[in-house]
Amino acid sequence: MALLEVHDLNVYYGVIQALKGINFKVNEGEIVALIGANGAGKTSTMQSIVGLIQSKTGNIIFDDKDITKMATHTIVSIGMSQVPEGRRIFQELTVYENLLMGAFLQKDKKKIKEALADVYELFPRLKERKNQIAGTLSGGEQQMLAISRALMNRPKLLMLDEPSMGLSPLLVQEVFGIIKKIHEAGTTILLVEQNAKMALKIADYAYVLETGRIVLEGKASELLKNDDIKKAYLGS
Amino acid sequence: MCTVKEFLNYEIFCGALFFKKKGIFMEFIGTLINGLSLGGVYAMIALGYTMVYGIAKLLNFAHGDIIMVGGYLLFVFVGIVNNSIIALLITAVLCAIFGIVMEKLAYKPLRGASPLAVLITAIGVSYLLQSLAQIIFGTQTKFVTLFQNLGVINIGSLVIQVSTLITLFSCIVIMAGLTLFIKFSKTGRAMIAVSEDRGASELMGINVNSIITITFAIGSFLAAAASFFYLLKNPQINPTLGSMPGIKAFTAAVIGGVGSIPGAMAGGVLLGIIEMFTAKVSFLTPYTEAIEFGILILILLVRPSGLLGKKRREKV
Ligand SMILES: Nc1ncnc2c1ncn2[C@@H]1O[C@H](COP(=O)(O)OP(=O)(O)O)[C@@H](O)[C@H]1O
Ligand SMILES: [Mg+2]
Repeated sequence: MALLEVHDLNVYYGVIQALKGINFKVNEGEIVALIGANGAGKTSTMQSIVGLIQSKTGNIIFDDKDITKMATHTIVSIGMSQVPEGRRIFQELTVYENLLMGAFLQKDKKKIKEALADVYELFPRLKERKNQIAGTLSGGEQQMLAISRALMNRPKLLMLDEPSMGLSPLLVQEVFGIIKKIHEAGTTILLVEQNAKMALKIADYAYVLETGRIVLEGKASELLKNDDIKKAYLGS
Repeated sequence: MCTVKEFLNYEIFCGALFFKKKGIFMEFIGTLINGLSLGGVYAMIALGYTMVYGIAKLLNFAHGDIIMVGGYLLFVFVGIVNNSIIALLITAVLCAIFGIVMEKLAYKPLRGASPLAVLITAIGVSYLLQSLAQIIFGTQTKFVTLFQNLGVINIGSLVIQVSTLITLFSCIVIMAGLTLFIKFSKTGRAMIAVSEDRGASELMGINVNSIITITFAIGSFLAAAASFFYLLKNPQINPTLGSMPGIKAFTAAVIGGVGSIPGAMAGGVLLGIIEMFTAKVSFLTPYTEAIEFGILILILLVRPSGLLGKKRREKV
Protein backbone atom coordinates (compact mmCIF):
# COMPACT_ATOMS: atom_id res chain seq x y z
CA MET A 1 0.00 0.00 0.00
CA ALA A 2 1.29 3.46 -0.85
CA LEU A 3 1.93 5.61 2.21
CA LEU A 4 2.86 8.61 0.08
CA GLU A 5 1.71 9.37 -3.45
CA VAL A 6 2.95 12.40 -5.30
CA HIS A 7 1.16 13.44 -8.49
CA ASP A 8 2.34 16.02 -10.99
CA LEU A 9 4.38 18.45 -8.91
CA ASN A 10 5.30 21.66 -10.70
CA VAL A 11 7.33 24.06 -8.62
CA TYR A 12 8.46 27.50 -9.77
CA TYR A 13 10.89 29.97 -8.27
CA GLY A 14 9.74 33.13 -10.00
CA VAL A 15 9.98 32.23 -13.66
CA ILE A 16 12.38 29.32 -13.16
CA GLN A 17 10.62 25.97 -13.17
CA ALA A 18 12.43 23.70 -10.71
CA LEU A 19 10.05 20.71 -10.90
CA LYS A 20 8.41 19.69 -14.17
CA GLY A 21 5.72 17.15 -13.35
CA ILE A 22 7.07 14.86 -10.67
CA ASN A 23 5.21 11.61 -9.95
CA PHE A 24 6.27 8.92 -7.52
CA LYS A 25 5.14 6.89 -4.55
CA VAL A 26 6.52 5.43 -1.38
CA ASN A 27 5.04 2.16 -0.17
CA GLU A 28 4.62 1.47 3.50
CA GLY A 29 7.66 -0.26 4.98
CA GLU A 30 10.02 0.65 2.15
CA ILE A 31 13.13 2.73 1.88
CA VAL A 32 12.74 4.79 -1.27
CA ALA A 33 15.67 6.81 -2.58
CA LEU A 34 15.49 9.93 -4.70
CA ILE A 35 18.86 10.48 -6.35
CA GLY A 36 20.15 13.13 -8.66
CA ALA A 37 22.86 15.69 -9.19
CA ASN A 38 23.08 19.02 -7.45
CA GLY A 39 20.24 21.28 -8.65
CA ALA A 40 18.11 18.43 -9.99
CA GLY A 41 15.18 19.39 -7.76
CA LYS A 42 15.48 16.95 -4.87
CA THR A 43 15.14 19.53 -2.11
CA SER A 44 12.30 21.28 -3.94
CA THR A 45 10.47 17.95 -4.07
CA MET A 46 10.98 17.35 -0.36
CA GLN A 47 9.90 20.85 0.60
CA SER A 48 6.78 20.80 -1.51
CA ILE A 49 5.68 17.47 -0.02
CA VAL A 50 5.84 18.87 3.50
CA GLY A 51 4.22 22.17 2.48
CA LEU A 52 7.18 24.51 2.92
CA ILE A 53 6.80 25.50 -0.72
CA GLN A 54 3.70 25.18 -2.87
CA SER A 55 3.36 23.31 -6.12
CA LYS A 56 1.37 25.06 -8.85
CA THR A 57 -0.47 21.88 -9.78
CA GLY A 58 -0.92 18.28 -8.77
CA ASN A 59 -1.68 16.68 -5.46
CA ILE A 60 -0.03 14.79 -2.64
CA ILE A 61 -1.69 11.97 -0.74
CA PHE A 62 -0.20 10.86 2.57
CA ASP A 63 -1.70 8.06 4.65
CA ASP A 64 -4.93 8.33 2.60
CA LYS A 65 -5.26 12.05 3.28
CA ASP A 66 -4.93 14.80 0.72
CA ILE A 67 -2.17 17.00 2.18
CA THR A 68 -1.67 19.18 -0.90
CA LYS A 69 -2.97 22.36 0.69
CA MET A 70 -2.28 21.52 4.33
CA ALA A 71 -0.07 23.71 6.51
CA THR A 72 3.29 22.20 7.38
CA HIS A 73 2.52 21.85 11.07
CA THR A 74 -0.65 19.93 10.26
CA ILE A 75 1.20 17.58 7.94
CA VAL A 76 3.77 16.98 10.68
CA SER A 77 0.96 16.25 13.12
CA ILE A 78 -0.32 13.35 11.00
CA GLY A 79 3.00 11.56 11.05
CA MET A 80 5.47 12.95 8.57
CA SER A 81 8.88 14.22 9.68
CA GLN A 82 11.64 15.69 7.63
CA VAL A 83 15.33 16.09 8.32
CA PRO A 84 16.04 19.13 6.18
CA GLU A 85 19.05 19.68 4.00
CA GLY A 86 21.88 21.23 6.00
CA ARG A 87 20.49 19.79 9.30
CA ARG A 88 19.09 23.13 10.51
CA ILE A 89 19.16 22.26 14.19
CA PHE A 90 18.44 25.09 16.62
CA GLN A 91 21.94 26.31 17.34
CA GLU A 92 21.07 28.34 20.43
CA LEU A 93 19.13 25.60 22.17
CA THR A 94 20.65 22.67 24.01
CA VAL A 95 20.60 19.16 22.60
CA TYR A 96 17.80 18.28 25.00
CA GLU A 97 15.77 21.36 24.06
CA ASN A 98 16.20 20.55 20.37
CA LEU A 99 14.80 17.09 21.01
CA LEU A 100 11.86 18.60 22.89
CA MET A 101 11.14 20.81 19.88
CA GLY A 102 10.95 17.63 17.82
CA ALA A 103 8.15 16.43 20.11
CA PHE A 104 6.40 19.80 20.01
CA LEU A 105 3.04 18.28 19.11
CA GLN A 106 3.17 15.55 21.71
CA LYS A 107 1.15 16.60 24.76
CA ASP A 108 1.68 13.42 26.75
CA LYS A 109 4.81 13.82 28.92
CA LYS A 110 5.19 10.08 29.32
CA LYS A 111 5.29 9.57 25.56
CA ILE A 112 7.93 12.29 25.24
CA LYS A 113 10.04 10.49 27.83
CA GLU A 114 9.70 7.23 25.94
CA ALA A 115 10.68 8.86 22.68
CA LEU A 116 13.68 10.46 24.40
CA ALA A 117 14.78 7.13 25.80
CA ASP A 118 14.52 5.63 22.32
CA VAL A 119 16.66 8.25 20.60
CA TYR A 120 19.21 8.21 23.42
CA GLU A 121 19.48 4.47 22.90
CA LEU A 122 20.01 4.98 19.20
CA PHE A 123 22.50 7.84 19.78
CA PRO A 124 24.18 7.41 23.18
CA ARG A 125 26.46 10.35 22.37
CA LEU A 126 23.49 12.72 22.41
CA LYS A 127 22.61 11.60 25.90
CA GLU A 128 26.13 12.42 27.07
CA ARG A 129 25.81 15.84 25.50
CA LYS A 130 22.21 16.59 26.27
CA ASN A 131 22.95 19.87 28.05
CA GLN A 132 25.40 21.11 25.46
CA ILE A 133 24.41 24.03 23.21
CA ALA A 134 23.63 22.39 19.88
CA GLY A 135 25.65 24.90 17.86
CA THR A 136 28.82 23.60 19.48
CA LEU A 137 28.33 20.01 18.31
CA SER A 138 30.47 18.57 15.53
CA GLY A 139 28.95 18.16 12.07
CA GLY A 140 28.33 14.47 12.58
CA GLU A 141 26.72 15.02 15.96
CA GLN A 142 24.54 17.75 14.51
CA GLN A 143 23.32 15.33 11.86
CA MET A 144 22.55 12.74 14.54
CA LEU A 145 20.66 15.41 16.45
CA ALA A 146 18.70 16.44 13.36
CA ILE A 147 17.67 12.83 12.79
CA SER A 148 16.79 12.28 16.45
CA ARG A 149 14.79 15.47 16.53
CA ALA A 150 12.72 14.26 13.59
CA LEU A 151 12.22 10.88 15.27
CA MET A 152 10.83 12.52 18.41
CA ASN A 153 7.61 13.05 16.43
CA ARG A 154 7.36 9.25 15.98
CA PRO A 155 6.73 9.62 12.25
CA LYS A 156 5.18 7.04 9.96
CA LEU A 157 7.30 8.50 7.19
CA LEU A 158 10.77 9.89 7.80
CA MET A 159 12.20 12.02 4.99
CA LEU A 160 15.90 12.73 4.93
CA ASP A 161 17.44 15.34 2.65
CA GLU A 162 21.10 14.53 2.02
CA PRO A 163 21.96 13.24 5.47
CA SER A 164 25.50 12.39 4.34
CA MET A 165 26.30 15.90 3.14
CA GLY A 166 29.56 17.25 4.49
CA LEU A 167 30.38 14.17 6.56
CA SER A 168 33.55 12.09 6.54
CA PRO A 169 33.30 8.63 4.91
CA LEU A 170 33.29 6.98 8.30
CA LEU A 171 30.41 9.12 9.54
CA VAL A 172 28.55 8.53 6.27
CA GLN A 173 28.73 4.81 7.00
CA GLU A 174 27.44 5.44 10.50
CA VAL A 175 24.53 7.59 9.31
CA PHE A 176 23.46 4.99 6.76
CA GLY A 177 23.70 2.30 9.43
CA ILE A 178 21.38 4.36 11.62
CA ILE A 179 18.91 4.85 8.77
CA LYS A 180 18.77 1.09 8.33
CA LYS A 181 18.13 0.64 12.03
CA ILE A 182 15.31 3.17 11.99
CA HIS A 183 13.81 1.36 9.02
CA GLU A 184 14.07 -2.00 10.74
CA ALA A 185 12.22 -0.55 13.70
CA GLY A 186 9.26 -0.01 11.37
CA THR A 187 9.55 3.49 9.90
CA THR A 188 9.05 4.08 6.19
CA ILE A 189 11.83 6.17 4.71
CA LEU A 190 12.20 8.58 1.80
CA LEU A 191 15.86 9.31 1.31
CA VAL A 192 17.30 12.05 -0.88
CA GLU A 193 20.97 11.67 -1.75
CA GLN A 194 23.71 12.78 -4.06
CA ASN A 195 25.68 9.86 -2.74
CA ALA A 196 23.84 7.50 -5.09
CA LYS A 197 25.87 4.40 -4.36
CA MET A 198 25.20 4.42 -0.63
CA ALA A 199 21.56 5.30 -1.14
CA LEU A 200 20.94 2.55 -3.68
CA LYS A 201 22.60 0.02 -1.40
CA ILE A 202 20.09 0.48 1.39
CA ALA A 203 17.00 1.40 -0.66
CA ASP A 204 14.26 -0.91 -1.92
CA TYR A 205 13.21 1.31 -4.77
CA ALA A 206 14.67 4.45 -6.32
CA TYR A 207 13.86 7.34 -8.62
CA VAL A 208 16.44 9.31 -10.58
CA LEU A 209 15.84 13.03 -10.88
CA GLU A 210 17.36 15.19 -13.61
CA THR A 211 16.61 18.90 -14.08
CA GLY A 212 13.19 18.68 -12.54
CA ARG A 213 12.06 15.42 -14.12
CA ILE A 214 12.13 11.80 -13.07
CA VAL A 215 14.11 10.13 -15.82
CA LEU A 216 14.45 6.65 -14.44
CA GLU A 217 12.99 4.46 -11.73
CA GLY A 218 13.32 0.89 -10.59
CA LYS A 219 14.35 -1.50 -7.91
CA ALA A 220 17.45 -0.13 -6.22
CA SER A 221 19.31 -3.40 -6.73
CA GLU A 222 18.66 -3.17 -10.47
CA LEU A 223 19.60 0.48 -10.73
CA LEU A 224 22.92 -0.36 -9.09
CA LYS A 225 23.64 -2.57 -12.11
CA ASN A 226 22.30 -0.13 -14.70
CA ASP A 227 25.05 1.07 -17.05
CA ASP A 228 23.72 4.63 -17.43
CA ILE A 229 23.47 4.99 -13.68
CA LYS A 230 26.94 3.58 -13.23
CA LYS A 231 28.36 6.11 -15.65
CA ALA A 232 26.45 9.14 -14.40
CA TYR A 233 26.22 8.58 -10.67
CA LEU A 234 28.38 5.75 -9.43
CA GLY A 235 31.64 6.93 -10.97
CA SER A 236 32.57 3.59 -12.52
CA MET B 1 55.42 54.31 36.31
CA CYS B 2 54.63 56.18 39.47
CA THR B 3 56.45 55.82 42.76
CA VAL B 4 54.84 54.29 45.82
CA LYS B 5 54.77 57.69 47.43
CA GLU B 6 52.97 59.25 44.53
CA PHE B 7 50.49 56.40 44.57
CA LEU B 8 49.82 56.83 48.29
CA ASN B 9 49.36 60.53 47.84
CA TYR B 10 46.85 59.80 45.13
CA GLU B 11 44.97 57.36 47.35
CA ILE B 12 44.79 59.86 50.17
CA PHE B 13 43.63 62.51 47.76
CA CYS B 14 40.83 60.33 46.44
CA GLY B 15 39.79 59.27 49.90
CA ALA B 16 39.56 62.85 51.03
CA LEU B 17 37.60 63.77 47.95
CA PHE B 18 35.21 60.92 48.59
CA PHE B 19 34.46 61.87 52.17
CA LYS B 20 34.25 65.52 51.45
CA LYS B 21 31.95 64.89 48.54
CA LYS B 22 29.83 62.21 50.17
CA GLY B 23 26.84 64.22 49.12
CA ILE B 24 27.92 63.78 45.53
CA PHE B 25 28.28 60.06 46.05
CA MET B 26 24.71 59.82 47.31
CA GLU B 27 23.57 61.89 44.39
CA PHE B 28 25.40 59.49 42.11
CA ILE B 29 23.49 56.57 43.62
CA GLY B 30 20.23 58.46 43.35
CA THR B 31 20.85 59.28 39.71
CA LEU B 32 21.80 55.69 39.04
CA ILE B 33 18.52 54.47 40.51
CA ASN B 34 16.59 57.01 38.45
CA GLY B 35 18.50 55.90 35.38
CA LEU B 36 17.84 52.23 36.01
CA SER B 37 14.17 52.96 36.48
CA LEU B 38 13.83 54.94 33.25
CA GLY B 39 16.03 52.35 31.55
CA GLY B 40 13.67 49.63 32.69
CA VAL B 41 10.81 51.42 30.94
CA TYR B 42 12.85 51.79 27.75
CA ALA B 43 13.86 48.17 28.01
CA MET B 44 10.26 47.03 28.19
CA ILE B 45 9.45 48.92 25.00
CA ALA B 46 12.66 47.75 23.36
CA LEU B 47 11.70 44.16 24.14
CA GLY B 48 8.61 44.58 22.00
CA TYR B 49 10.67 45.81 19.06
CA THR B 50 13.29 43.16 19.41
CA MET B 51 10.98 40.19 19.92
CA VAL B 52 8.78 41.13 16.98
CA TYR B 53 11.87 41.66 14.85
CA GLY B 54 13.46 38.41 15.96
CA ILE B 55 10.39 36.30 15.36
CA ALA B 56 8.41 37.96 12.58
CA LYS B 57 11.48 39.57 10.94
CA LEU B 58 9.76 42.91 10.69
CA LEU B 59 10.48 46.27 12.25
CA ASN B 60 7.20 47.39 13.71
CA PHE B 61 7.65 51.15 13.61
CA ALA B 62 4.15 51.51 14.99
CA HIS B 63 5.28 49.85 18.20
CA GLY B 64 5.86 53.21 19.90
CA ASP B 65 2.31 54.21 19.09
CA ILE B 66 0.98 51.35 21.15
CA ILE B 67 2.34 53.30 24.12
CA MET B 68 0.15 56.17 23.01
CA VAL B 69 -2.88 53.91 22.57
CA GLY B 70 -2.13 52.54 26.03
CA GLY B 71 -1.95 56.09 27.37
CA TYR B 72 -5.39 57.01 26.08
CA LEU B 73 -6.85 53.72 27.26
CA LEU B 74 -5.46 54.39 30.73
CA PHE B 75 -6.96 57.87 30.59
CA VAL B 76 -10.35 56.45 29.69
CA PHE B 77 -10.37 53.58 32.15
CA VAL B 78 -8.97 55.50 35.08
CA GLY B 79 -11.94 57.78 34.45
CA ILE B 80 -14.38 54.87 34.42
CA VAL B 81 -13.16 52.52 37.13
CA ASN B 82 -11.30 55.10 39.19
CA ASN B 83 -8.58 52.62 40.10
CA SER B 84 -5.21 52.77 38.37
CA ILE B 85 -4.30 49.13 38.88
CA ILE B 86 -7.54 47.83 37.40
CA ALA B 87 -7.26 50.39 34.61
CA LEU B 88 -3.73 49.12 33.91
CA LEU B 89 -4.87 45.51 33.75
CA ILE B 90 -7.71 46.35 31.36
CA THR B 91 -5.36 48.50 29.27
CA ALA B 92 -2.68 45.81 29.08
CA VAL B 93 -5.16 43.20 27.92
CA LEU B 94 -6.75 45.56 25.38
CA CYS B 95 -3.31 46.56 24.07
CA ALA B 96 -2.36 42.92 23.66
CA ILE B 97 -5.53 42.36 21.63
CA PHE B 98 -4.82 45.55 19.73
CA GLY B 99 -1.34 44.25 18.84
CA ILE B 100 -2.83 41.00 17.57
CA VAL B 101 -5.38 42.83 15.43
CA MET B 102 -2.71 45.15 14.04
CA GLU B 103 -0.61 42.15 13.01
CA LYS B 104 -3.55 40.39 11.39
CA LEU B 105 -4.74 43.41 9.43
CA ALA B 106 -1.51 45.18 8.52
CA TYR B 107 1.35 42.69 8.54
CA LYS B 108 0.01 39.21 7.96
CA PRO B 109 -1.12 40.00 4.40
CA LEU B 110 2.49 41.03 3.73
CA ARG B 111 4.11 37.77 4.82
CA GLY B 112 6.76 37.11 2.22
CA ALA B 113 6.58 40.62 0.74
CA SER B 114 9.70 42.75 0.39
CA PRO B 115 11.04 44.25 3.63
CA LEU B 116 10.59 47.72 2.18
CA ALA B 117 6.85 47.19 1.68
CA VAL B 118 6.56 46.03 5.28
CA LEU B 119 8.54 49.01 6.54
CA ILE B 120 6.37 51.48 4.65
CA THR B 121 3.25 49.76 5.97
CA ALA B 122 4.60 50.07 9.51
CA ILE B 123 5.17 53.80 9.08
CA GLY B 124 1.66 54.05 7.63
CA VAL B 125 0.18 52.25 10.62
CA SER B 126 2.02 54.64 12.90
CA TYR B 127 0.53 57.72 11.20
CA LEU B 128 -2.88 56.10 11.07
CA LEU B 129 -2.88 55.51 14.82
CA GLN B 130 -1.72 59.04 15.59
CA SER B 131 -4.38 60.51 13.31
CA LEU B 132 -7.11 58.34 14.80
CA ALA B 133 -6.08 59.43 18.29
CA GLN B 134 -6.26 63.03 17.16
CA ILE B 135 -9.73 62.53 15.68
CA ILE B 136 -11.04 60.77 18.76
CA PHE B 137 -9.37 62.74 21.56
CA GLY B 138 -8.40 66.02 19.90
CA THR B 139 -5.01 67.65 19.94
CA GLN B 140 -5.05 69.04 23.46
CA THR B 141 -3.00 67.23 26.03
CA LYS B 142 -4.98 65.02 28.39
CA PHE B 143 -3.85 64.51 31.96
CA VAL B 144 -4.20 61.36 33.94
CA THR B 145 -3.54 61.00 37.66
CA LEU B 146 -2.54 57.43 38.32
CA PHE B 147 -1.78 57.81 42.02
CA GLN B 148 -2.24 60.76 44.34
CA ASN B 149 1.06 61.92 45.84
CA LEU B 150 3.19 58.84 46.09
CA GLY B 151 5.82 60.96 47.78
CA VAL B 152 9.52 60.33 48.31
CA ILE B 153 11.78 58.13 50.38
CA ASN B 154 14.77 59.53 52.25
CA ILE B 155 17.79 57.35 52.94
CA GLY B 156 20.34 59.63 54.56
CA SER B 157 20.80 62.40 52.06
CA LEU B 158 19.41 60.23 49.30
CA VAL B 159 15.98 61.31 48.06
CA ILE B 160 14.12 58.97 45.74
CA GLN B 161 10.60 59.17 44.45
CA VAL B 162 8.41 56.23 45.35
CA SER B 163 7.15 56.08 41.76
CA THR B 164 10.75 55.50 40.64
CA LEU B 165 11.12 52.55 42.97
CA ILE B 166 7.76 51.09 41.96
CA THR B 167 8.79 51.38 38.32
CA LEU B 168 12.20 49.84 38.90
CA PHE B 169 10.82 46.97 40.91
CA SER B 170 8.01 46.27 38.43
CA CYS B 171 10.40 46.32 35.49
CA ILE B 172 12.68 43.83 37.19
CA VAL B 173 9.77 41.51 37.97
CA ILE B 174 8.31 41.76 34.47
CA MET B 175 11.64 41.17 32.73
CA ALA B 176 12.58 38.29 35.00
CA GLY B 177 9.18 36.76 34.31
CA LEU B 178 9.62 37.18 30.58
CA THR B 179 13.09 35.64 30.67
CA LEU B 180 11.82 32.61 32.59
CA PHE B 181 8.85 32.29 30.23
CA ILE B 182 11.09 32.27 27.17
CA LYS B 183 13.65 29.92 28.62
CA PHE B 184 11.38 27.38 30.26
CA SER B 185 7.94 27.38 28.66
CA LYS B 186 7.17 25.40 25.57
CA THR B 187 5.86 28.50 23.81
CA GLY B 188 8.96 30.45 24.82
CA ARG B 189 11.27 27.83 23.38
CA ALA B 190 9.17 27.78 20.23
CA MET B 191 9.74 31.54 20.02
CA ILE B 192 13.51 31.02 20.14
CA ALA B 193 13.20 28.30 17.52
CA VAL B 194 11.11 30.45 15.17
CA SER B 195 13.49 33.38 15.53
CA GLU B 196 16.35 31.13 14.58
CA ASP B 197 14.82 29.18 11.70
CA ARG B 198 11.21 29.57 10.66
CA GLY B 199 11.19 26.67 8.20
CA ALA B 200 12.80 24.21 10.60
CA SER B 201 10.31 25.31 13.27
CA GLU B 202 7.41 24.47 10.98
CA LEU B 203 8.96 21.05 10.47
CA MET B 204 8.72 20.55 14.25
CA GLY B 205 4.97 21.09 14.01
CA ILE B 206 5.10 24.63 15.35
CA ASN B 207 2.36 26.86 14.00
CA VAL B 208 4.54 29.83 13.16
CA ASN B 209 1.58 32.14 12.62
CA SER B 210 0.33 31.60 16.13
CA ILE B 211 3.82 32.17 17.55
CA ILE B 212 3.93 35.50 15.71
CA THR B 213 0.50 36.36 17.11
CA ILE B 214 1.66 35.58 20.65
CA THR B 215 4.77 37.69 20.12
CA PHE B 216 2.74 40.72 19.06
CA ALA B 217 0.48 40.22 22.07
CA ILE B 218 3.43 40.10 24.49
CA GLY B 219 5.15 43.08 22.87
CA SER B 220 1.99 45.18 23.06
CA PHE B 221 1.34 44.07 26.62
CA LEU B 222 4.81 45.29 27.60
CA ALA B 223 4.22 48.57 25.75
CA ALA B 224 1.04 49.09 27.76
CA ALA B 225 2.94 48.50 30.99
CA ALA B 226 5.65 50.90 29.83
CA SER B 227 2.98 53.45 29.08
CA PHE B 228 1.76 53.22 32.67
CA PHE B 229 5.21 53.83 34.13
CA TYR B 230 5.95 56.58 31.65
CA LEU B 231 2.76 58.40 32.64
CA LEU B 232 3.52 57.86 36.30
CA LYS B 233 6.40 60.30 35.85
CA ASN B 234 4.89 62.58 33.29
CA PRO B 235 1.10 62.25 33.11
CA GLN B 236 0.53 64.04 29.81
CA ILE B 237 -1.12 62.26 26.92
CA ASN B 238 -1.18 63.46 23.33
CA PRO B 239 -1.26 61.73 19.94
CA THR B 240 2.53 61.72 19.61
CA LEU B 241 3.13 60.45 23.13
CA GLY B 242 4.70 57.26 21.81
CA SER B 243 7.13 58.82 19.35
CA MET B 244 10.03 59.72 21.62
CA PRO B 245 10.01 56.67 23.90
CA GLY B 246 9.47 54.62 20.74
CA ILE B 247 12.56 56.04 19.08
CA LYS B 248 14.58 55.69 22.28
CA ALA B 249 13.53 52.09 22.68
CA PHE B 250 14.27 51.36 19.07
CA THR B 251 17.73 52.83 19.59
CA ALA B 252 18.11 50.69 22.70
CA ALA B 253 17.10 47.58 20.77
CA VAL B 254 19.62 48.27 18.01
CA ILE B 255 22.40 49.11 20.48
CA GLY B 256 21.74 45.85 22.30
CA GLY B 257 21.50 43.89 19.07
CA VAL B 258 18.09 43.77 17.47
CA GLY B 259 16.55 40.34 18.00
CA SER B 260 18.42 39.81 21.26
CA ILE B 261 16.32 39.89 24.43
CA PRO B 262 19.17 40.52 26.90
CA GLY B 263 20.43 43.06 24.38
CA ALA B 264 17.19 45.03 24.50
CA MET B 265 17.33 45.04 28.28
CA ALA B 266 20.95 46.19 28.34
CA GLY B 267 20.37 48.83 25.66
CA GLY B 268 17.33 50.21 27.46
CA VAL B 269 19.12 50.44 30.79
CA LEU B 270 22.14 52.07 29.14
CA LEU B 271 19.99 54.80 27.59
CA GLY B 272 18.08 55.38 30.82
CA ILE B 273 21.30 55.85 32.76
CA ILE B 274 22.80 58.16 30.15
CA GLU B 275 19.65 60.24 30.14
CA MET B 276 19.57 60.67 33.91
CA PHE B 277 23.27 61.47 34.20
CA THR B 278 23.28 64.01 31.40
CA ALA B 279 20.25 65.62 33.07
CA LYS B 280 22.41 66.11 36.19
CA VAL B 281 25.37 67.63 34.40
CA SER B 282 24.04 70.91 33.11
CA PHE B 283 26.49 71.45 30.24
CA LEU B 284 25.61 67.99 28.85
CA THR B 285 21.85 68.27 29.28
CA PRO B 286 21.10 69.80 25.87
CA TYR B 287 23.07 67.00 24.21
CA THR B 288 21.29 64.01 25.77
CA GLU B 289 19.81 62.82 22.49
CA ALA B 290 22.97 63.62 20.58
CA ILE B 291 24.95 61.44 22.97
CA GLU B 292 22.44 58.59 22.78
CA PHE B 293 22.27 58.55 18.99
CA GLY B 294 26.04 59.09 18.85
CA ILE B 295 26.50 55.89 20.83
CA LEU B 296 24.10 54.17 18.44
CA ILE B 297 26.16 55.22 15.44
CA LEU B 298 29.40 54.30 17.18
CA ILE B 299 28.15 50.84 18.04
CA LEU B 300 26.80 50.30 14.55
CA LEU B 301 30.25 51.19 13.20
CA VAL B 302 32.22 49.02 15.61
CA ARG B 303 29.81 46.15 16.09
CA PRO B 304 27.00 46.21 13.53
CA SER B 305 25.21 43.31 15.19
CA GLY B 306 24.87 45.31 18.44
CA LEU B 307 26.31 44.72 21.89
CA LEU B 308 24.74 41.33 22.49
CA GLY B 309 23.45 40.52 19.03
CA LYS B 310 24.88 37.51 17.34
CA LYS B 311 26.29 37.53 13.89
CA ARG B 312 23.88 35.67 11.70
CA ARG B 313 25.19 32.36 10.54
CA GLU B 314 25.01 31.87 6.77
CA LYS B 315 22.16 29.57 5.88
CA VAL B 316 23.08 26.56 3.79
N1 LIG C 1 14.94 29.62 -3.30
C1 LIG C 1 15.23 29.44 -4.60
N2 LIG C 1 15.15 30.47 -5.48
C2 LIG C 1 15.43 30.31 -6.78
N3 LIG C 1 15.80 29.16 -7.33
C3 LIG C 1 15.91 28.08 -6.54
C4 LIG C 1 15.63 28.17 -5.12
N4 LIG C 1 15.83 26.96 -4.58
C5 LIG C 1 16.21 26.14 -5.59
N5 LIG C 1 16.26 26.81 -6.76
C6 LIG C 1 16.61 26.24 -8.07
O1 LIG C 1 15.77 25.14 -8.30
C7 LIG C 1 16.49 24.07 -8.84
C8 LIG C 1 16.35 22.84 -7.96
O2 LIG C 1 16.98 23.08 -6.73
P1 LIG C 1 16.94 22.05 -5.52
O3 LIG C 1 15.57 21.58 -5.36
O4 LIG C 1 17.59 22.70 -4.37
O5 LIG C 1 17.87 20.88 -6.08
P2 LIG C 1 18.70 19.76 -5.33
O6 LIG C 1 18.17 19.64 -3.95
O7 LIG C 1 18.47 18.54 -6.16
O8 LIG C 1 20.12 20.18 -5.34
C9 LIG C 1 17.93 24.54 -9.00
O9 LIG C 1 18.10 24.96 -10.31
C10 LIG C 1 18.01 25.70 -8.06
O10 LIG C 1 18.93 26.66 -8.53
MG1 LIG D 1 19.22 19.77 -2.21
